[in-house]
Amino acid sequence: MPQFRVLPAGDTALVVEFGDHIDRRLSSWVLALARRLDGAHVAGVVETVPTIRSLIVHYDPLVLSADSLKECIAELMRGLHAARDVVRHWQLPACYDPEIAPDLGSIGERAGLSPARVVELHIATVFHVYMLGFLPGMAYLGDLPAELSAFPRMATPRMKVPAGSVGIANTLTCVYPVDTPAGWHLIARSPVPFFSRRPEVTTLLRPGDKVTFAPVSLREYEQLMARAASGSLSIEPVEETMGVAA
Amino acid sequence: MNAVLRVLAPGLLTTVQDLGRPGYQSLGIPVGGALDPVSLRAANALVGNEPQVGALEVAYMGPTLLVEDGEARLSFVGADASIEILSDEMATRGRRIASMRSVRVRRGEVVRVGSLTRGAVLYIAVEGGFAIAPVLGSVSTYLRGAIGGWEGRALTAGDCLPLQRNEPSEREDCEIIGLDLAPLARYRAIVGPQSDHFSAAAIEKFFDSEYVVSTGADRMGMRLKGPVLQHARGFNIISDGIAPGSVQVPGNEQPIVLLADRQTVGGYPKIATVISADLPAISRLPIGAKVRFAPVCIEEAEAARRRFVADIEALPGKIVPIRQSIGELTPRLFDCNLIGGVIDASAGAPELAELQ
Repeated sequence: MPQFRVLPAGDTALVVEFGDHIDRRLSSWVLALARRLDGAHVAGVVETVPTIRSLIVHYDPLVLSADSLKECIAELMRGLHAARDVVRHWQLPACYDPEIAPDLGSIGERAGLSPARVVELHIATVFHVYMLGFLPGMAYLGDLPAELSAFPRMATPRMKVPAGSVGIANTLTCVYPVDTPAGWHLIARSPVPFFSRRPEVTTLLRPGDKVTFAPVSLREYEQLMARAASGSLSIEPVEETMGVAA
Repeated sequence: MNAVLRVLAPGLLTTVQDLGRPGYQSLGIPVGGALDPVSLRAANALVGNEPQVGALEVAYMGPTLLVEDGEARLSFVGADASIEILSDEMATRGRRIASMRSVRVRRGEVVRVGSLTRGAVLYIAVEGGFAIAPVLGSVSTYLRGAIGGWEGRALTAGDCLPLQRNEPSEREDCEIIGLDLAPLARYRAIVGPQSDHFSAAAIEKFFDSEYVVSTGADRMGMRLKGPVLQHARGFNIISDGIAPGSVQVPGNEQPIVLLADRQTVGGYPKIATVISADLPAISRLPIGAKVRFAPVCIEEAEAARRRFVADIEALPGKIVPIRQSIGELTPRLFDCNLIGGVIDASAGAPELAELQ
């Protein structure tokens, strides 16, 4: 059983914390507990939200007291193991053309690498979706190879970056699903709709998914964007395997 | 044909809100919903709606709405505001009504809501609700994600909001008596989840100090200004989940209370969490309001929640028909010292204005 502690978050949420760093093993415990708790359909649990290193459990205190929920979590933790589950693999087009990747050159310079090498490293990595958050459908993906892991967020965020912008910061990469202020270094842009409003509201990724990026030219990017705009760009997982998430 | 509310002027930030869309936070989609669900529920009860029906949430400055294609019954609950019913678009003055009541409005009439005082939000419910398709089970407007409500955004002039009904039912216009929306002396909060990111002195300071609401019209969070709260171990944490009422302390060491449109996860330490029973009351505070917190344990919060829910369930019992006849009204006017003596404007008697 992994080490964990339960922290109070008011009277309608508890945080089950497995650690305080970015680590796939912690993530595997978070996702395993989320799956277990969701599967147990505990009366009074409203929803669970996995994060990089903890699971927040939102609940109705009139149905389930904090003490009862803690007992329930302790019980589920006892037999917890990083369960095998269906893991979805995605291969997502991304354009690394400097025209729409404003920080590719500067990141290369700071890392002592050519832009082409930065791209090689980014596309060679199989990323794990640690969590979604900040914006609808925004995935936090890790881990970047060591050569690209040394760059904290920008001191001054950009006021607005376009939807699809692929950012890196510290050991993580992300894709901004909508136009938004953003503080990560932008090294690519993806035409994939990570958050769609029409015909209905959907998000593409979910915690535990695996993602690789496939480079496309600026021209291909524009063609894919046109298809995305007309609703004819269908993105499916390339593979679904049984395995341990994370 | 359904009745329509045509927006002649939108107000500062008028959005459609209901009780929110729980269940999608793991996809990064916030719960959202009314900042003050107590007022929303009361507004719905006044027009005979179920509690979760979507209504207009008005922030600071109200809209001007024209009733078209039918008639409607509206209700107003929340901050104080001047509410005027004008006979048509050309009229400059109309009859004033108080908030905390419902009113039947005719085709062609205009409802004009002025600036709000003693609160940041006011709810305008319509009998039967709006004919708006829910998104993920809710009509709440989530502005950052541009989903829900009216085209995923705040109302603008020219919008035409269709109602579910063409005309109001025969039910009477009502008022709600004894709904307490006054600020609290202290807002109760449970320490944590990141209590270990603050010194004991900082936590003590948080509960001993007075803060002032420094920004408004922000459905995500309420920035407070006051004594700085120093972090014990820096202000960056690996993101974790955010609860309703989380009080996060970013690098400027000033607390932010996270409200209805709070992000699902966040990377700043959270010193405390406002309890669910007090969250509607703090959420309705306007810019400049003073805020003090009090630490409570989970048992006390759970007891407060039980009383809070009992109060909500008692809302329909506080609703009474508005007396229309002069015979019944007169004794009340004497009570208010409004006839047969000096008129005290501060006492307020909406019925009198309506008779004029």
